[in-house]
Amino acid sequence: MTQTPIEVKLGGGAPAAARRRRKKLTLDKASFMVVFLGVPLLIYVVFVISPFAQAVWYSLTNWSGFSPKMTFIGLDNYVKLFQDDIFLKAVRNSVILGIFLPLVTIVLSLILASVVTIGGSSRGQIKGLRGSSFYRVVSFFPYVIPAVAIGIIWLMVYDPSSGPLNGILTGIGLKGFASYPWLGDPRTALIASMFVIVWSFVGFYMILFIAAIKGIPAETFEAARIDGAGRFRTLVSITIPLIRDNIQTAYIYMGIAALDAFIYMSVLNSGGGPGNSTLVMSQRLFTTAFTKGQFGLACAMGVVLAAVTLVFAGLVFLVNRLTGGSKEAS
Amino acid sequence: MSLKLSKKAQVPAGHVERTAQTTKSDKTVAGISHVILAFWSLLVILPLLWTVLSSFKTSSEIFASPFSLPANWSFTNYVTAWAQAGIGSYFINTIIVVGCALVIVMVLGAMCAYVLARYVFPGSRLIYYLMLAGLTFPIFLAIVPLFFILKNIGLLNTLPGLIIVYVAFALPFTVFFLFSFFKALPGEIAEAAQIDGAGEWRTFFQVMLPMARPGLASVAIFNFLGLWNQYLIPVAINTNHDHWVLSQGIAAFAGQQGYAVDFGSLFAAVVITVIPVFIAYLLFQRQLQGSVSQGTSK
Repeated sequence: MTQTPIEVKLGGGAPAAARRRRKKLTLDKASFMVVFLGVPLLIYVVFVISPFAQAVWYSLTNWSGFSPKMTFIGLDNYVKLFQDDIFLKAVRNSVILGIFLPLVTIVLSLILASVVTIGGSSRGQIKGLRGSSFYRVVSFFPYVIPAVAIGIIWLMVYDPSSGPLNGILTGIGLKGFASYPWLGDPRTALIASMFVIVWSFVGFYMILFIAAIKGIPAETFEAARIDGAGRFRTLVSITIPLIRDNIQTAYIYMGIAALDAFIYMSVLNSGGGPGNSTLVMSQRLFTTAFTKGQFGLACAMGVVLAAVTLVFAGLVFLVNRLTGGSKEAS
Repeated sequence: MSLKLSKKAQVPAGHVERTAQTTKSDKTVAGISHVILAFWSLLVILPLLWTVLSSFKTSSEIFASPFSLPANWSFTNYVTAWAQAGIGSYFINTIIVVGCALVIVMVLGAMCAYVLARYVFPGSRLIYYLMLAGLTFPIFLAIVPLFFILKNIGLLNTLPGLIIVYVAFALPFTVFFLFSFFKALPGEIAEAAQIDGAGEWRTFFQVMLPMARPGLASVAIFNFLGLWNQYLIPVAINTNHDHWVLSQGIAAFAGQQGYAVDFGSLFAAVVITVIPVFIAYLLFQRQLQGSVSQGTSK
């Protein structure tokens, strides 16, 4: 029962031929399989899979890394984590990012994508907005810039005294912003950092949604138009329901990126920001491991981070299913 | 760059709708659409343009006004960043690491994907799930044990160590993407090659791999960008200053700005870091956007 789809998926659609081939195992064939499969898998298992497994084991020990002493302490690390106010603050900030970043990014990119695709004429052939390729090329570009560079650029833009943001704000008469520290004030630090992340991802999801919308057959839109649906109605009742699986995928990707957020946060505010207001779990993990040398504790944080990521993905699937998404969404 | 592009943008804005069927409301909608999109495009372009502009200014000019033009356009900041701030050597390290990792991961990934796509064997399902796990779990979970694995085999803080880790973490994406690509290639051609006497090795390298070139190209671009932008792995396992790559180099450069302020060359360092991806983007922009749309329709 479960075996059949596997063969269809991995077997090249010709299981019979494959079986025939497997019988004559020549040196050529044997060396081919060993090298082609063995070498990549060896590297992958040693450097990706085994660290994941080891991390779970280390998280149950009090290992400090450089000493050979490693005592099994059960769930003590986890208990310690949930009594650690700074870590809980980091979890809270990560969860805030996980909730708001996907929401804002995806709503914004959906707006931009629909403006590109339905901005065209409402008569005749269905087509997108004229000259939209320029906007697509520009919006997508931040996605390819190294995140470190994006962080530095915005660090400079937000600079209290010589940054252009305060320059513009004071220029239009808001003197209160003359030297306002966007990243140094706990009220704005997190929001300003979140804006940077949104800025760098919106273009990517915009392209993704444009592609998805263009994949909908034109007849569907024509039928809606003949039935008298306006642009907004078409968007809400036709477009969004038809691309909801793409939205789900995007939501999960963006959520994973938001729960990480390490590069942006550590470049914008390397110490975790004023009053730890921008400290996220990944940053705390990195300091715990590589500055304090508490490797067991850091691995426990890694497990918590992985668990939060999986819970997030599960919730997105669940919400999509409950609100009537397609059954094959997973 | 932006100058050329923004000229292009003015064409559609000034375009007069000539079709007779265009209604007044259409014009309004198109107008609003252009305003929204132009606003976002400006929000993207202006910080980048400002960075390029500032990279030509001296630090005192930057402090005087964020908007003033440099008194004289010279590449002094670029020279300082390249030679004194070490950006030059970081750049060369990055080229070596990303170049080697890219070639190795493309070869290994193509091999693995080819075998998975063409043959049925026990355990292939397990490999599929292992690859999926690598794509789902955060690297942060692996980073501490990874540090000690490299330490134990003596590759910590070396370029080969960094290369092999890059290869390992880029592998699942490469295999997933190429798997569907090899799957779509007609199996008859491989069979024909084998009937003509080509062994498995020859069939792969001389027949199947050349046919997969479009797929390889898209994956290679994504891997290039991903590896060029990688930051967490090098800061964790490549801490020897001589082996630093660009991303960690400019982050450290920005971090010490508070003490020794040379904003001009920091901007220049950022521009130097972005230029390679900018070139790759301009060259392969169509392929990149095409791959994004392809990936989602699955």
